[in-house]
Amino acid sequence: MEGLWTKCEVCEEILHRPDLEQAQNVCPRCQHHLPLAARARLTAVLDRDSFEEMDGALGPLDPLTFSDSKRYRDRTRGLRKALGMPDAFVAGTGRLDGHPVAAGAFEFEFMGGSMGSVVGEKVTRLIEKALEKDAALVLFSASGGARMQEGVYSLMQMAKTSAALARFRRGRRPYVSVLCHPTTGGVAASFAWLGDVILAEPHALIGFAGPRVIEQTIRQKLPDGFQRSEFLLEHGMIDAIVPRAQLRDKIAQIVGLLGP
Amino acid sequence: MTVLDFEKPIRELERKIDELKELASGEGVDFDEEIRKLERKARRLQVEIFSDLSPWQIVQLARHAERPYVLDYVQFLFTDFAELHGDRRFAEDPALIGGFARFDGEPVLVLGHQKGRNTKENLLRNFGMPRPEGYRKATRLARLAARFGRPVLTFIDTSGAYPGIGSEERGQAQAIAECLETMAGLPVPVIATVIGEGGSGGALAIGVGNRILMLQYAYYSVISPEGCSSILFREPTRAPRAAEALKLTAGDLRGFGVVDEVVLESPGGAHRDPARTAENLGRALRQHLAQLRALSPDELVEDRYRRFRGMGVFEQVE
Ligand SMILES: [Zn+2]
Repeated sequence: MEGLWTKCEVCEEILHRPDLEQAQNVCPRCQHHLPLAARARLTAVLDRDSFEEMDGALGPLDPLTFSDSKRYRDRTRGLRKALGMPDAFVAGTGRLDGHPVAAGAFEFEFMGGSMGSVVGEKVTRLIEKALEKDAALVLFSASGGARMQEGVYSLMQMAKTSAALARFRRGRRPYVSVLCHPTTGGVAASFAWLGDVILAEPHALIGFAGPRVIEQTIRQKLPDGFQRSEFLLEHGMIDAIVPRAQLRDKIAQIVGLLGP
Repeated sequence: MTVLDFEKPIRELERKIDELKELASGEGVDFDEEIRKLERKARRLQVEIFSDLSPWQIVQLARHAERPYVLDYVQFLFTDFAELHGDRRFAEDPALIGGFARFDGEPVLVLGHQKGRNTKENLLRNFGMPRPEGYRKATRLARLAARFGRPVLTFIDTSGAYPGIGSEERGQAQAIAECLETMAGLPVPVIATVIGEGGSGGALAIGVGNRILMLQYAYYSVISPEGCSSILFREPTRAPRAAEALKLTAGDLRGFGVVDEVVLESPGGAHRDPARTAENLGRALRQHLAQLRALSPDELVEDRYRRFRGMGVFEQVE
């Protein structure tokens, strides 16, 4: 179904795209949170016209000359054309209810929001910028984890971003991490789970290992709701579940309560 | 005894040599010349085979059932080892061991993934795949080392953190992330050595060092060759190809600047002569530790930050 109409993948309601976009991609009938593009997310949360993008031209190289069904280089070039962005993360500075913030969001459409050198570098620069400018840090994660095609370089981005956060804690501004569907692997196991406050969108899949890997390992079906936001809240692993429509107010409230 | 396919021709010659030696002592016949010839041949064959190992063969060596593990290196390199247990939250995890010990007489913290040698041990050690409690224990001990100014020496050897229901319920990702951040901020020297398998985030969790060393036939990768193969090539049987594509050998990582030094193993791999391999490792650790001891606590944190801050390759697109 192309053009003006689309279908909710959960309740199968036919939805009018402009209305859906107005509702930040939340199904008006069943409240299912559809994926939301990085820029749309940042615009929806930050004060009007306050966002200034950083490092928008940082693009990937192919250090392993990796090739599977397609050459990595061709894959990233194709996506750059299709999505109008060179990699899977958009970062910048702006204001939230007047508070200075450094904010970033994943573009899940770009190779499953996987973290290679570019994502790791942009996240790290954003953390450094937040410390330097005495701004709060807000990150929206939606990622399958580290990007295989960049090999050990991708793995090392977990250490790099976590080390940057260790320095960020010298400052007095909070880091609010928002976990969106899905957040797993190397992103979950580094900066995403290191928020001073960790929020999640409803029913997002969040965890270390993907459900398929766990099922193969333990050779049994996983229970319903396993690794979903509600499950994590119950196990004490996140601070709160916040519907998309209320995210802006909730983040602003926390930044106000914790900021200096 | 486990013998890998490519080790077989060497083992076969060695078996012949042993037979001849037995025959010689039993019958009083002089086979010295013949034995020396075969020994030379075996050595040459080993050099030949090991000079041209594929990445997949190196992965097999890294996983070799007789390969020395962290507790073996503790035996060889440290004295006065006091193992400490538990994360103080939920459980003890024997898949990741830790404790203080003396290295050249000076107290240090040792952390490492520990596999088992047999089924019973592997049940206890969970094949060296830690649960969140392992990483929380590592974090706890690393903070203790920081408080008492003890250098941290870690030994990486895991196929990965354990993917199970309990792991997810108790925050595997959070436990690894906290370990990463904690290690990044330690005001003491940290040296991480990949001694066998460096399997993704579960390996890296104890890998944030001022120096990163790697044994010659260890591997370090963002994902296991099998995992990469089933995701990208749609079947796990193409793991050898994935191993090649992932560029996961010590030589590759040295080339990327991710690893500071490749430590040579005994000829034929660490399992052929663990003592000799440990000696090489001890020498490398001694040298790097001496350099790091010259830095102040602030300089150590800064040095480690610079070390990881520089990792990654990218370009400005127009
Ligand atoms: Zn719906």
